[in-house]
Order: sequence, then structure tokens, then C-alpha cells
Amino acid sequence: MIRRPLRPLARVLRARDEGGNPDAIAAENLRLRHEEMRDRARARAEGRLLVLGFFFFVAFLTIGVRMGALAATEAEEPRAVANGNPIINQRSDIVDRNGRVLATNLDTHALYAQPQQMIDPAHAAVELARIFPELDAEELLEDFTGNRRFLWIRRQISPEQMQQVHDIGDPGLLFGPREMRLYPNGPIASHILGGASYGREGVDSAEVIGVAGVERYFDAWLRDPANEGQALELSIDLTVQAAMEEVLAGGMTLMEAKGATAIIMDVHTGEIVAMASLPDFDPNDRPRPLTEGDQSDSPIFNRAVQGVYELGSVFKIFAVAQAMELGLVNAQTLIDTRGPMTWGRFRIRDFHDYGPQLTVTDVIVESSNIGTSRIALMIGAPRQREFLGSLGFLEPTQVEMVEAPTGQPLLPQQWSEISLMTISYGHGLSASPLHLAQAYASLLNGGHRVRATLVRQDGPQEGERVVSEEVSAAARSMLRQVVTRGTASFAEVPGYEVGGKTGTADKPRPTGGYYTDRTISTFAGVFPAHDPQYVVILSLDEPQQFVAGENRRTAGWTAVPVAAELIRRTAPLMGLRPEIATLDPTGVTQTASH
Amino acid sequence: MTEMVHGVAPLASGDPVLPRWWRTVDKWTMSCILMLFAIGLLLGLAASPPLASRNGLDPFYYVSRQAFFGGVALAIMLIVSMMSPVLVRRLAVLGFLASFAALAMLPVLGTDFGKGAVRWYSLGFASFQPSEFLKPGFVVVAAWLMAASQEVGGPPGKTWSFGLTVILVALLALQPDFGQAALVLFSWGVMYFVAGAPMLLLMILAGVVVFVGTVAYENSEHFARRIDGFLSPDVDPTTQLGYATNAIREGGFFGVGVGEGQVKWSLPDAHTDFIIAVAAEEYGLICVAVIIALYAMIVVRSLLRLMRERDPFIRLAGTGLACAFGVQAMINMGVAVRLLPAKGMTLPFVSYGGSSVIAGGIAVGMLLAFTRTRPQGEIGDILGRRGR
Repeated sequence: MIRRPLRPLARVLRARDEGGNPDAIAAENLRLRHEEMRDRARARAEGRLLVLGFFFFVAFLTIGVRMGALAATEAEEPRAVANGNPIINQRSDIVDRNGRVLATNLDTHALYAQPQQMIDPAHAAVELARIFPELDAEELLEDFTGNRRFLWIRRQISPEQMQQVHDIGDPGLLFGPREMRLYPNGPIASHILGGASYGREGVDSAEVIGVAGVERYFDAWLRDPANEGQALELSIDLTVQAAMEEVLAGGMTLMEAKGATAIIMDVHTGEIVAMASLPDFDPNDRPRPLTEGDQSDSPIFNRAVQGVYELGSVFKIFAVAQAMELGLVNAQTLIDTRGPMTWGRFRIRDFHDYGPQLTVTDVIVESSNIGTSRIALMIGAPRQREFLGSLGFLEPTQVEMVEAPTGQPLLPQQWSEISLMTISYGHGLSASPLHLAQAYASLLNGGHRVRATLVRQDGPQEGERVVSEEVSAAARSMLRQVVTRGTASFAEVPGYEVGGKTGTADKPRPTGGYYTDRTISTFAGVFPAHDPQYVVILSLDEPQQFVAGENRRTAGWTAVPVAAELIRRTAPLMGLRPEIATLDPTGVTQTASH
Repeated sequence: MTEMVHGVAPLASGDPVLPRWWRTVDKWTMSCILMLFAIGLLLGLAASPPLASRNGLDPFYYVSRQAFFGGVALAIMLIVSMMSPVLVRRLAVLGFLASFAALAMLPVLGTDFGKGAVRWYSLGFASFQPSEFLKPGFVVVAAWLMAASQEVGGPPGKTWSFGLTVILVALLALQPDFGQAALVLFSWGVMYFVAGAPMLLLMILAGVVVFVGTVAYENSEHFARRIDGFLSPDVDPTTQLGYATNAIREGGFFGVGVGEGQVKWSLPDAHTDFIIAVAAEEYGLICVAVIIALYAMIVVRSLLRLMRERDPFIRLAGTGLACAFGVQAMINMGVAVRLLPAKGMTLPFVSYGGSSVIAGGIAVGMLLAFTRTRPQGEIGDILGRRGR
């Protein structure tokens, strides 16, 4: 910037020469410059003030127009914008194999309060306490008169209760629609279904989530709106399940057992037609897990899937079948059964002394521990482990229940020769009854591996072969003879040709060793033996029956009669026709036509 | 210096104060202000009883308080408007120094009334917000500095005033009170604009604002959410803004009727930041249009009167006061109709608030004093006395 001198030198010098006052000239000059500057500033300011005025005018006009536009539109009811995932209702039903409802939804209401909107909190509190006796009027009043703006009073109320609350007439008491999971059959199939509870909860709806069983395992599927209300079809047959639970409960009472479990499985498809565990519960009101003590004592514990037990002599058929499959023995091979058999510091005894030797068939029929051990020694530990693995005993079952992975079999740390022998007659390896069911099904259905499933199947499973057809048939024949002339004679059900094996296992003490007076008695069977359709497993926990002057704990006296009753009741329900042989003098056996 | 340049105002010294004031004051602006105050009381009758009932007070407690403070404010406004610009300047500078000291002492002696920002002194019977009083004082001081810089050989007043602005904005932002800080910055900007900001600087400034805004939008989640919420066509009806918008819609053109409004029960700030929503709901678009027209009238008319003003100090100070007043009203109403992002700001003279209404009275009094008709030396122009 070029600065102008404050005093115009030329004029000042001339004025000085002429004797004038140079200061006046300087002052005049200054005034003129000042005015010039001001005029410039004022002209600019005028323009800019005009711009400002225009800006404010337009701004206020815009606000006015906008106000007018808003005033011209209709008001909306204030409603919260749903944020996040909307809560989707319409959980799919669960039905049995014939479409009968096992779990469904019921429209109900939840009751909540907005104390700020209450007219007479004291009256409302008293009335609520009258309608819901478990509520306390004073606590309610405290909640209603405090600073709370919102509180849930009841998660579910019945229509009658809703009407009564409605009649209180307080605007601060409000109802939220709910879908409630309902199990119309009560405790039937309780362990399979599991139960459901509320997840995320809003005023308008709440999320129903499965907490156990298939409800939990299929939770995502059941909640998926893409299924469009399609029901989940289980393999369960509701009538068979109901009959099983009735028979099992009766048997448990009769045998003074503290628990019981049973499974009926289709040998070809692996479908679980019925599966029960006692004691049970009502999934509409699922009990909480025990906070102390042994979880296996809780009613929500599923003995069939979660419980792993040493199942005893029912395992003998595996050793015999494997030995036959390997060509080591046949049904008539004689096995040395002199006892007691000593192996290192262990001694293996039989229930009775069966003499010096028995055929392989009689080892099964008489249930000889020594005979089975000798057969196992022929097989050897690695091959036994591999064979049991092919039957599914080395890993948890893959049945569609969230509890299935907890049914982890207990295996010996070292599969030594003594383990080999004890496992051959069912000790030293703990597995769940469901493991046993799928192994029996695989072994006896002709030799194809099947895996247990709770979902309805359309056809047989074509699993890998575990034994040949012939070995499978021979095994069935031996099991049939156990019933006709062996330890499971009470299992005979006329017309259904039941074959099976008993197992009486001493329960292990938690401190080591075994109890002498507590057993798990198991019957594992198949029917009909010549054309296998179903495997039945029935196990009683600590049963005893006082017969003929002594307490009997063996399966033949406890589990077997119950299993027979179970087959008698359920086989007709599953469409099996009894085959009755008439006492025809000509010796011709008439069979009912197929 | 004003007298030196323009000569003394040609008024007899014996001329009585009141008639002279009545002759020269801008009666239109003054009537608008009185009407605004009346409307404020009317809306207070509608908007503050819910607050009073929440605080367990007499329903018209806040209305009577507002009437009292409003009376005081009007008296102050009249007295101030009778003062000469020089006297106004001197008092305003003193007032500025006092309120600046009060502002600086806030972190030590102030209280936050549980609202998270330390902006107030508690005086027992009333609270006192220094920043409200600071604004008119600041405008006068800044205008004085800028006007001084327009003298030949004057001090670099624009730079000094800018420094002052920065200090004030920093103090206010520390409270934090970004609304007042923005108002201070805005009034300075307007004065600087009128005092002759270079065009190039203005353009650079606009560019910087756009750039900083973009960077902030992309980097600050909080800021982006605010802007997104503002830009999105749907407003969540459960927010204050949603209630306000709904109230305006509910009111329609003629309102739902006196005392029938609902929004005052749901909005905690119905008597201050969202009083325009109460007005719209109960009295309809008509009332709102009148309010807007009054504000527009005051601001635009004052600015137009200031165009004729030749004294740079008076021009700048008047501009700053009028614009601060106008922009505050504009922001308040702009937020309610969602033309602007949410920012709490009171509606001058209408919203409830003791120190706000008194400070408003002072500011408007000054504005009236500055916009009074004065001899501007036009005769001199005509006679060519100034030899141009």
C-alpha cells in the first residue's frame, strides 16, 4: 500500500512562503481525506446493510412459509420409531409325526403400569393385589408413587384377570399383546420339547425363545418368518410317547426306582418314536436348574440323552457280534467259562457257575461275563475300540437337542486288556441310553449304521455297514433266545417275537469302586426279531423288587417286566400286527396275513 | 469526534428530553417490541403452568415473575433509548467490563443448576446469566473499536475487536455454551461485514466453513448424527423436535384453542426454547405469522434506518444489536420448524427468563437509542460544503 504523507508538502511549502498557516492546510487536508474515506465506507456499508436486511427478510419469510406448510399438514400420533430388529412373533408350532400339536402359541397379554398416568394409585394397588394374590399392595403402591415411569406387573395374564384389571379402570394400567408358548400335552415329551421363555421384551410384543430341547436346538428355524407358519415335524408319536410315560411311571413306582428312562427307536430310520425320562416336569412351567447338588437329580435332567451310565451286560452282544463278523467264532463255538477268571489282580465272576464251557449263543443267553471276556480277548482292544466307535460309542449323539453334546461317553483312559474285558460286558465305558439305542438299531437292522434323530424322516438311513446281514440275523436270533429261554424271559410278549438282552450294572461310587446294593437295570431289545422294526431301551435307576424272600435288583426281575408291558402297550399303536401261532395238531403254523 | 466532524446536533439545549425522544425515536420498532412482550406474556400464560405444577408452585408463578421482569426490562429499555449514543457507549463499555469480569469468574462462583454447564450466578431470588448481558456490551465495544479504525491514523480496531471476540468465544465455549458463542461470533462477523470486510476474505471464509463442515461431518460421529437427523425427512416423533413439529401441525391455521394445547405438557423446554410450538398449537399459524412479522419488522426496519446513519460507530453498533436480536429469533424458530439443526436458544422477549428479558430490554433500548432520528449533515452534502 502506498501511504500518502499526512501533510501535503507542496502546499505547505507554498503557504509557508506566502506567510500562511501550514497547520490549517494540513488540517484541511486531513478533513478532506477523512471525509472521502467515510463516504467510501458509508457507500459500502449502505450496500451491505441492504444485503443484510434482505437476508433477514428472506430468512424470516422462509420460516413463515415453512410454518405454514407444517400447519397445513395433518398431525401424526407420536409413536416410537421401531429401531433395531423388530420383534418377530409367530413362532412355528411343533407337531408329532402324525401332525398332532406338541407346542403352539396362544395370544395373551402382559400387564404393565405407567404410574405417571395413574389416577388413583392406592386403589389400583389394592385391587391388583386382590386379583393377583402373589402381589403385595404396599410394594405396588410404593412403585406407583415413586419416580418410576414404567413397570411390568405380570408377564402373562389370563383373559379373566385381564377383564378384572380392566374393570379397575385406571388409565395407568396397560396391556401389551403377547404370544405365549403353550404345551397342550403338559409333561408329555417334556424333555424333548424343553421349553421357551421371553427374550427381548417390548410393550407391543415380546420375543419367544427356546431355552432347552428341540425348542432351543431349532430356535432359529422356529423363529424364521420364512417358514410361513410351517410346523416342525418331529419323529415322536404322541400316543406312543404318552403310553410310554404311563408305563414307565408305573414301573418306576412298582420297582421303587428313583429314576427311569426309555426309548423306542425305528431301527431303519433312526427316528426316535418315543423317549422319556423320569422324573419329568411341565414345560409350561419349566423348573429352574438346581443351584446345588447333583444336576442329574433335577427333573429337567434328561437321562436318555444327558445321562451316561455303565449299562452292563447289554454290551455283550457287541463283543459276540464283532467276533462273529471277524470270523473268530460262530454261534456254536464253545467258549471256556471256568471261573473265577483271574487277570492280573482282577477277578471276573459270573452270577452262577455255568460249568466248564458254553456255546457262544449260551454265553449271551446265560449272560456269562467270563465267556464274553474270553471272546473279547480274541478280538483285542484296538479292534474293539474301532468297532464301538463305528456304532457311535466314542462321541456324543448327534440327536437334535441342545443337550446332546453333554452326553459325552466316558471312555477308559487306557484301553488296556482289562478294559477290553470289562467293556465287553458293559463296565468301564459309560454311555447314554440313546447311544445304546442307536447301536442296537445299527447292529440289528441288518447291519447299517443309523444315527438317532428326532426329526421325521422320509426313508431309511443308508449308513455305512457295521456288520453283515448274517451276523445281524445271528445276533437277533441269540437275543430272541435270551427271551425264550434266558434271563429276559419276562419280556415275552405273545405275537411280537421280542428279542433282547438284560443288563444289570452296579453303580459306581463317586469315591471309587462300586456299590453292592445299587444298580442300573437295563433291558435292550428289538421286535419283531425276525423282521426288526423297533428297538426298545428301558432303564431303571436303583430298582428293587421283593420277590420270593429276597430283594431282586437284576434287570430280569425289574426292567424286563416293565419293558414287556411297554411293548405290549405300544406295539399295536405303532401298527404292528401280532403274529399268533394257533395250536394246530397238524403242526402247521398259521400266520396273520401281511 | 462526531461533533467535530458533523457539528453539534441543532437542538436547543433547553429542549425537554421526553418530547425530543418521542419525536426522534423509531415508534414502529418500539411498538413491535411492546407487542412482542405482550405476546410473550400471553404465551407464558399458556406454556408455564405445566412447569409450575411440576415444580409444585402456583400455576401463574412464572407468569407473574415474567411480568415483573418484563416491566423492569421495559423501563430499562425506555431509559436507555433516551440516552445519547455517547452515553450509551460509555455505559455499555462499563457494562461490558463488568459482565466480562462476571463471565471470567463463573468457573469459580457460578452454578450449573444441575444442567451440566456453568452459566449462571444464583442470586437467591433469581439467577443471573452474565453472557446475556455481555452480548450488547460486546457489540458496542466492538463497534467502537471498528469505528475507531476508520479514522485516519486510528488504531487497528478491527484486529483488536477480533482478538476480543476470540477470547469471548473461548470463554463461552468453555462453559460450554456454544449457542451464545455462535451469537457473539455472528454479531462480530456482521459488524465486520458492514465495516467493510474485503470480498476476498469473505470468499475464503465461506470456503473454509464448507471445508471444516465437511471434515467435521465425516470425522465426528456426534456432529454427523445431528446433521443426519436434521437432513432426514422423517423426524422421530418422540424427540423434543418431533413434539414441536407435531404441535405446529396440530395447531393448523387457527390453533386448537386457548389452553387446549398438549405439547406444553410433554416438552420440558416448552416455556423457553420451544415456546413457538406452544404458540402454534394453541393460537395457530396466525399468531406465529404475527410473531415472525414482528421480528422481521424490527430487524429489517432498524437495518434500513441505519443505512442513513453516517456515524460509523452508531451504524456498526446498531447493526450488531439488530442482527444479534434477529438471528436469535431466527435460530429459535428455525429449529422448531426444522430448518436448522437443533440448538437451544431462547426467543428474545417471548421466552421465559429473567436475565434474558432484562438483557433483551437493554439491547433493544440501545438499538432504539442508535436508530433515533439524528441530523446526518445531508444539508452539507446538498450545499457542497464538504467540497467533494
